[in-house]
Amino acid sequence: MAVRISSNDGVMTVFLEGDIDHHTAKEMRETIDLNVNKSNPNLLNIDFEKIQFMDSSGIGLIMGRYKLMNSIGGKIKIINIPNRLEKMIKLSGLIQLGIFE
Amino acid sequence: MADIINEMNLNFLSRSYNESFARATVAAFVSQLDPTIDELSDIKTAISEAVTNSIVHAYKNGIGMIYISSKLYSNGRTIIKIRDKGCGIENVNQAMEPLFTTGGSERSGLGFAVMQSFMDKIKVVSKPGKGTTVTLEKYIIRRSVGNGR
Repeated sequence: MAVRISSNDGVMTVFLEGDIDHHTAKEMRETIDLNVNKSNPNLLNIDFEKIQFMDSSGIGLIMGRYKLMNSIGGKIKIINIPNRLEKMIKLSGLIQLGIFE
Repeated sequence: MADIINEMNLNFLSRSYNESFARATVAAFVSQLDPTIDELSDIKTAISEAVTNSIVHAYKNGIGMIYISSKLYSNGRTIIKIRDKGCGIENVNQAMEPLFTTGGSERSGLGFAVMQSFMDKIKVVSKPGKGTTVTLEKYIIRRSVGNGR
């Protein structure tokens, strides 16, 4: 399983692992959304430390979860982005959202 | 004019599992030019975008074949073609605009922008109803002449 989730006091942290592409993003998205919809956290942290590779599907994954958290009145933070993913993050323009730590 | 030092063809079905297969295989082939980790990562990302486009858009109504061919030159020039026989793109210029997508809310619309920015050159030729060919080009900086020939 490429997704591990811990939840505590309204804060949910999702630890992703491996590669994010169109194929793997589907399972990640479904697992995250299922858990968010179950417990409606105030804050969703998504940890990218163990992501080895990511194409623009990773950007779609972040955008979709940003919208989901907005729709339930919560916040999202993207944490521990490795250097190897920075080029993709910069290109996406998502930095403007202020969700990266 | 630089010599071709190696050439390969790779055909596979448009199953999403093959996104990782395609980028890993092309990366393994290009590795003989002794690229840096960053150069290899750029190529893997661009391949992943092109193959995903074929799977998600070209063959949106079914499964078809995706054809990758790659040529490596002695001066480090690397050419990778990704071809499908899918639905084609009506308006290539529009499809290549950043953030344009017909793929729904989970697609960022960045595929072509990523290919453009991560590779040195990109050419897209498409015929509606016939298919699309994306040609990607990157120069791998030669650090050790004679290696891997």
